[in-house]
Amino acid sequence: MNPIYVRRRRKDIVVRGLCIAAAAFGVTWLALILVTLLYNGLAGLNLEIFVADTPPPGSTEGGLRNAIIGSLIMTVLGVGIGAPLGLFAGTYLAEYGRNDKLTSVIRFINDILLSAPSIIIGLFIYGAVVVPMRGFSAIAGCLALAVIVIPVVLRTTEDMLLLVPNALREAASALGLPRSLVIKRIAYRAARSGLITGVLLATARVAGETAPLLFTALSNQFFSLSLNKTMANLPVTINNFVQSPYAYWKQLAWSGALLITLTVLALNIGARILGAERTAK
Amino acid sequence: MTQGIGVAEMAVQSDIVDDAGPYDRAKALSAFKLGDLTFYWITRLSAISVLLILGGIILSLIVGAFPAMKEYGLSFLWTQRWAPSADPPVLGALGPMYGTLVTSFIAMLIAIPVGIGIAIFLTELCPQWLRRPIGMAVELLAGIPSIIYGMWGFFVLGPFLANTFQPFMIRLFDGVPVLGAVFAGPPSYLSLFNAALILAIMVLPFITSISVDVFKTVPPVLKEAAYGVGCTTWEVVRSVVIPYTRVGIIGGVMLALGRALGETMAVTFIIGNSFRIQSSIFAPGTTISAAIASEFAESDGLHQSGLILLGLLLFVLTFFVLAGARLMLLRLEKKAGK
Repeated sequence: MNPIYVRRRRKDIVVRGLCIAAAAFGVTWLALILVTLLYNGLAGLNLEIFVADTPPPGSTEGGLRNAIIGSLIMTVLGVGIGAPLGLFAGTYLAEYGRNDKLTSVIRFINDILLSAPSIIIGLFIYGAVVVPMRGFSAIAGCLALAVIVIPVVLRTTEDMLLLVPNALREAASALGLPRSLVIKRIAYRAARSGLITGVLLATARVAGETAPLLFTALSNQFFSLSLNKTMANLPVTINNFVQSPYAYWKQLAWSGALLITLTVLALNIGARILGAERTAK
Repeated sequence: MTQGIGVAEMAVQSDIVDDAGPYDRAKALSAFKLGDLTFYWITRLSAISVLLILGGIILSLIVGAFPAMKEYGLSFLWTQRWAPSADPPVLGALGPMYGTLVTSFIAMLIAIPVGIGIAIFLTELCPQWLRRPIGMAVELLAGIPSIIYGMWGFFVLGPFLANTFQPFMIRLFDGVPVLGAVFAGPPSYLSLFNAALILAIMVLPFITSISVDVFKTVPPVLKEAAYGVGCTTWEVVRSVVIPYTRVGIIGGVMLALGRALGETMAVTFIIGNSFRIQSSIFAPGTTISAAIASEFAESDGLHQSGLILLGLLLFVLTFFVLAGARLMLLRLEKKAGK
């Protein structure tokens, strides 16, 4: 056989092998992380995790109740503040300002904020909220999360609204609907599953965020519902427990990590299923 | 806007409305008009709030960093010593900046070939039924919160590397000039290399998913023509797919770099928080974000201001990298749109 041909074939096979190895490499990490998480997290997962508060140093009983509830409150409030803002902003970009100079500037800035380091958001909220309020507070944590939610929701909202066929809008306008109702009754409805996907993805993104909470909401050892004091939350609790010398704290950190990961993965998969339904239609 | 009202007028004049009984047309019209106007301004102001957030971030960082800027000036950039408890405190950004750049560089060195390799596998080689599961697994990897990576690196990856990979590399390069210093012992659970490897795993999904997206923009005709003249898969990828999508790949890589530069929690646990610069990548170090995360809550005065100044440096760095990435990707989008 032609030696040049043999050489090309051999090169091709080597590169194919490397690509398959790369894919195996990527999937292996996910499997490894999930397996160690399940192995270490399940061992400590029991009812006590959900009903008892975080233990003091050295204690061998206690759970994560205050941290779980704190995380829920802050995530819900953060998404509750950020998602409407992102939704409206995305609406402006897709519906009103399609050929606007302002739109392209905002889209560009938004894309940068989307990937900006979350610890910088923490520093921003520290300077803008914590310092004027003279203290760490749960509300500062919520605002930090909201700032992270906005770009995610804005991006998906704009993309999804742009997918709605213009004929729908024109038909509604022809029937006499004012512009705002065309958007609210027609465009939102047509893009509904896409919009929900965006909010789910944003929730998944902030549910495990740690860096922006480190010096906004801080964390504490107690059960507290007050928004202007520090509030316990899972990510920062894990952060503190991992670096502690106590075995039980480390055990709790693994269980907390498992809870967060399962929640985030469930949200991500849910968002993807919703998105897939949309494209299948 | 005027068009909307004209149409609304037609609706009000229609028979159905007349049948509904007495109807104040002027009132209905003004309600429509008011609703339109409020909704327009709500959305517009929300959109402008994005600009305000960016402005707020820059402003609050500059205000917070001002005392440190005044105290240290430009020498902040090349001072290695970090002694916040000295009197007066001596602060220099060289250590964290070095750590940030080195860990990101090593991470990209690992993640770029692997990420693009996975993308080639997914678009050119993979059987159809395997495409979705592997694609999904890689994207789920992107969804895992960074603190989980950090914790996993701290408990699992760090000990593993210190017991196997690091001693092997140290022995392999012992006595070799330059490389001997880069891979110098002793092995350590906490090191720049461990942090870089975790970062590589974290940014892998970004590179892969963007590469897959841009690979899909290659017109099938181009690839089919290349296969038609007898090219192997690798030749098609190297001479058709990659040149066609080069700008997009660079954009994706820069986006991933932006992430790696600012990643905090995955790095903080396993980098060792040492401000001293050492030649070995198996030695502990620190990054800008790790320094802020581990010291900020307990800092005050000049120390805190110095940390915010570090944050400002990081923000400026990532801003330019991310802006560059976006411009690259926009260029490709325009090309694809043609």
